[in-house]
Amino acid sequence: MTVLSGKDLPRDGEQLQGPALDARLARTWGDAPGLWGWITTTDHKRIGIRYIVTGMVFLVLAGLSALWMRLQLATPENSMMTPDRYNQLFTMHGTTMMFLFAVPIMEAMAIYLVPLMIGTRNISFPRLNAFSYWMYLAGGVMIWVAFVLNIGPDAGWFSYTPLSGPQFSPGKRVDIWAQMITFTEVAALAVAVELVATILKQRAPGMTLARMPLFVWGALVTAFMVIFSMPSVALASSLLIADRLIGTHFYNAAEHGDPLLWQHLFWFFGHPEVYIIFLPATGFVSHITEAFSRRPVFAYPAMVLSLVTTGLLAFGVWVHHMFATGLPRLGYSFYTAATLAVSIPAAIQIFCWIATMWDGRPRFRVPLLYVVAFIVTFVIGGLSGVMQASVPIDLQVHDTYFVVAHFHYVLVGGAVFPLLGAFTYWFPKFTGRMMDDRLGKIAFWMIFIGFQVAFFPMHFLGLMGMPRRVYTYPTNMGWDELNLLATIGSFVVAAAFLVFIVNAIFSLARGAVAGANPWDAPGLEWATSSPPPQYNFPHIPVVSSRTPLWDNRNHLPVMTGLRVDDRELLLTSVMEAIPDVRDPSAMPSAWPLWAAMATTCLFISSIFTPWAVVIGAFPVAAALIGWFWPKSPPGPEPVIE
Amino acid sequence: MRRRLLLPIPLFVLVSGCAGIQSVSDDAGRESGLIWSLFVLFGIVTAIFYVAVIAFLIAAYWRRGGSNQDGLPDEGGVTRERSLRTAFFLWTGAVIGSLSLLALASYFTDRGLASVNPENKPMVGIDLVANQWWWDVRYHYDDPSQNIRTANEIHLPAGVPAMISLKSNDVIHSFWVPNLAGKQDLIPGRINDIVLMPRRIGHYRAQCAEYCGLQHAHMALDVIVESPADFQRWEAAQRQPAPAPATPLAQAGYAYVTSRECSTCHNIAGTNANGTVAPDLTHVAGRRTIAAGTLPMNRAGLYAWIADPQGAKPGNNMPTVGLNADELHAVAAYLETLK
Amino acid sequence: MTLPVRFAGDLAELPTSAFGHRSLTWWGIVAFFLIEGTTFALAIGTYFYLMGGEQTWPPAPFSPPNPIAGTIFTVLLLLSEIPNTLAKRAAERKDLRALRKYLLIVCAMCAVMVIPRAFEFASLNVSWKDNAYGSVIWTLLFLHVTNFLTDFADSLVLAGLLFTKHSVESRRFVDAAENAMYWRFVWLCWLPIYVLIYWLPRWVS
Repeated sequence: MTVLSGKDLPRDGEQLQGPALDARLARTWGDAPGLWGWITTTDHKRIGIRYIVTGMVFLVLAGLSALWMRLQLATPENSMMTPDRYNQLFTMHGTTMMFLFAVPIMEAMAIYLVPLMIGTRNISFPRLNAFSYWMYLAGGVMIWVAFVLNIGPDAGWFSYTPLSGPQFSPGKRVDIWAQMITFTEVAALAVAVELVATILKQRAPGMTLARMPLFVWGALVTAFMVIFSMPSVALASSLLIADRLIGTHFYNAAEHGDPLLWQHLFWFFGHPEVYIIFLPATGFVSHITEAFSRRPVFAYPAMVLSLVTTGLLAFGVWVHHMFATGLPRLGYSFYTAATLAVSIPAAIQIFCWIATMWDGRPRFRVPLLYVVAFIVTFVIGGLSGVMQASVPIDLQVHDTYFVVAHFHYVLVGGAVFPLLGAFTYWFPKFTGRMMDDRLGKIAFWMIFIGFQVAFFPMHFLGLMGMPRRVYTYPTNMGWDELNLLATIGSFVVAAAFLVFIVNAIFSLARGAVAGANPWDAPGLEWATSSPPPQYNFPHIPVVSSRTPLWDNRNHLPVMTGLRVDDRELLLTSVMEAIPDVRDPSAMPSAWPLWAAMATTCLFISSIFTPWAVVIGAFPVAAALIGWFWPKSPPGPEPVIE
Repeated sequence: MRRRLLLPIPLFVLVSGCAGIQSVSDDAGRESGLIWSLFVLFGIVTAIFYVAVIAFLIAAYWRRGGSNQDGLPDEGGVTRERSLRTAFFLWTGAVIGSLSLLALASYFTDRGLASVNPENKPMVGIDLVANQWWWDVRYHYDDPSQNIRTANEIHLPAGVPAMISLKSNDVIHSFWVPNLAGKQDLIPGRINDIVLMPRRIGHYRAQCAEYCGLQHAHMALDVIVESPADFQRWEAAQRQPAPAPATPLAQAGYAYVTSRECSTCHNIAGTNANGTVAPDLTHVAGRRTIAAGTLPMNRAGLYAWIADPQGAKPGNNMPTVGLNADELHAVAAYLETLK
Repeated sequence: MTLPVRFAGDLAELPTSAFGHRSLTWWGIVAFFLIEGTTFALAIGTYFYLMGGEQTWPPAPFSPPNPIAGTIFTVLLLLSEIPNTLAKRAAERKDLRALRKYLLIVCAMCAVMVIPRAFEFASLNVSWKDNAYGSVIWTLLFLHVTNFLTDFADSLVLAGLLFTKHSVESRRFVDAAENAMYWRFVWLCWLPIYVLIYWLPRWVS
């Protein structure tokens, strides 16, 4: 075996830069051409885009199921659909929005953006990243195939036991739902692990924690929240499957179990989930506000502290979903206090964003319009959330349309509007082209107004006594006109999404060419070309402030010396981001796909026989060994010293 | 700005104004009154904060003045940080202060709700058992022979507290009479209770408020608050067995109901129909609705329900018996006599 | 157009592997510890939640599990930490021969431990189908068996790898050190579960 010293290896530097370096890195970091390259890629950008597009497809599916429901509810005593169809629809809508759209799309944005924002060549554990996508896809396809076959789940997105238990939901519907949870948990946890390692160890030299972009902070806090909350729903759904398939009694009151155990485990995950969706969105808002206000975000330390506090408090509020279950009344006060406290960091963030605009020179382009829509809408949802923190008020509005209005204001206002803004903002980075401004504005106003028309009336419907999850309602309750209005609004929103999607497709082909930094934004992701090359940056950038591109207008400081003949990353120290280790990065591989297929077989067949868990473990183990087996032959560097 | 501040108040009036038979914005019960007052307080405080946020946002829009020179603010451009910092601390203080105020208001309202029967008046005792998708109602008394069983309808005397114990036979349901009080879940394996303190005579509607399966939408409960004298008359009438059928048609219906499918599930006191798994029919014709609020209680409703229960409420546990026309006339005629 | 660059330093002299928190995989493994640890903690929470609703524990008429097999397993598991620590030290000083030896000893001990582990299921004195108490102690045991078998398999593969040409890469030593860390996690998680399955029902009944 040849032993090469460090000096003989090809590296970037004075001798190797410019087009020659680009060509060399493109060879090293490029994928195989065609379908094989598509299957085997470990490029965080390709996987990120794939994740984003799939998430958008699920958004459309969930949106269509909402439209279908709104048609049914447009008039009282409507017999357009059977209750069974309606119950499947709202279950699919909620499940898809929460598990297949909102959480994955936020992680997908992080998969794409975080490595670029922190100046590294790829995400940590790139094969795990590929595996995560395949698992997510398999789970989503499984549940939608089940829906098309009319065995879609029908117990609601939080599937309360015992309604979802073996006695009251016979058949396979709920098993499919619970197993979909397992798929998406595996996918989400994998991404969380990658993001934690990437953010803590792969930041560009000089990017101390105090210089980290706010979206990266959001992604980091979110990743930890995923790590601490998702095991709860994974455990809950596994116990549910065990109750249903092998006869355990966790949720069976007749055999010493307790249906409320499900609610505790589910909401211990379910409430942090809301912040898992919201915190990355606050990152979008911060970046857009900063770039378009021409001023660094006001009170960055307060913003970081708010993110972290929200992440911690989110784990202390789950019982506010259970105020009507008759738990000891005194304990409720704690959860009221914690729930009210969560609104403090949100209020601080809202102030800081507006202060940034107030103090800057805001240019109201489409992304910033979405930020304004976010503030106008999300604050309403936040304030109605403050109302529901109060036990007495919650006992009245819980499980009514008031709550439906509340969480749509929070989730659409707080996450979807920022996401659409972010999509418009980073679209030039993703594709190299700008989205059309005029179509963008049309879509924006339609979504903003349509949303208010669809959801604001629901506050009143709730106060007028309309419970949620009813497939029809009597005519003499005074609910007819507001329901019709909500249906009209929902169709305006749908049309707006159509305009948005048409704009994206049109701009992809015909949009104005963007260049590296079309918005003159300050973050590192704008330092590389649009779309970025496979290796992200020809040289590893060096950072000395929170807004590197605004502070280095003429030259970007970089570091050289990573190998260009093999995939190599720079690891830096956790706090100060001091260069520490050159670390190899995984090559493209089909093993993640084979492992995902084996795991999919295991999960799906375990719905039918528990032995699948035992037998199915062997192909999974084989695939994992193939995945982690070192590449042959061992590289020229290093050897045992 | 003043007009914006006043905006929420007409909204509350609007909502209060159209308080229907299933409305949160009512004070027909002591609890609902307390909660609605708290809601209005929360509404006003949160509206003030909303107006403040929007005002700040509008100010930020107006202030973008010198934005013609499209570029980064120069070094001098950041000097306004100091006044912003002051505003930041004021804002945070205002948020924390108001939240504390609201938390206290909520806490004291909650305490007020907990002491619902401070004078320890004797209470009406009701066992409410939820089933997919109907309500089994039992009034119990010190003398068990006085107990009453009915379904899908509760009568309450105004001004007298009622202690309702809540159980479920199958899945989780939630008992909610918004005009009187907040909701409380009925959970298998547990017994919850709720005390209602109705103050105003009237007819109210309760509805299951926890998704409980296929016919969750059709699981309502009529709540009739009446004067104590009317309530006592109702109690006395409920204790009577079913009246004997008088007309030949009703007699034919009686024969059918007591000898065929109906009697396996339904109970009619004073006859040999003594099923227990379905609503008690002893005084069914005296109620306002059929099948937990699905259809009105009248001849058309009875015909529709008996002929095709799966049409009006698909998936419910009452099978389509397949009566011929004569049987249908007879059964409906008999049930109509069960006042 | 991208910005012109200014060279501010060179990374060529940096090492290509490091132990502990300087390694990327170490962070990945710590994150997995957090995930598995949270799962165990929640399963233990479920145990106490169900216990809180009972008059007696285990609920009548069941008797507590027989602790013999579980105790033998526990003793072996704790003893295996000795070769495990030696293996970790050998990895950190990059002593391939010692590492091979100690890792094989750990694997051999694991193989022996499978026997008492199998008898543990038979000594629970309750089926998962009997009641929620049975369900939860079976689940705790099952979760830990999965954890144990996963790292057993991982150690076997790693041991195998050390006898191939890939053993010369310095990353193998990092892998071995991290595998040893994982093994510590396995027995740390087991100790509370051992108490909850075998001893707590005796103490409270």
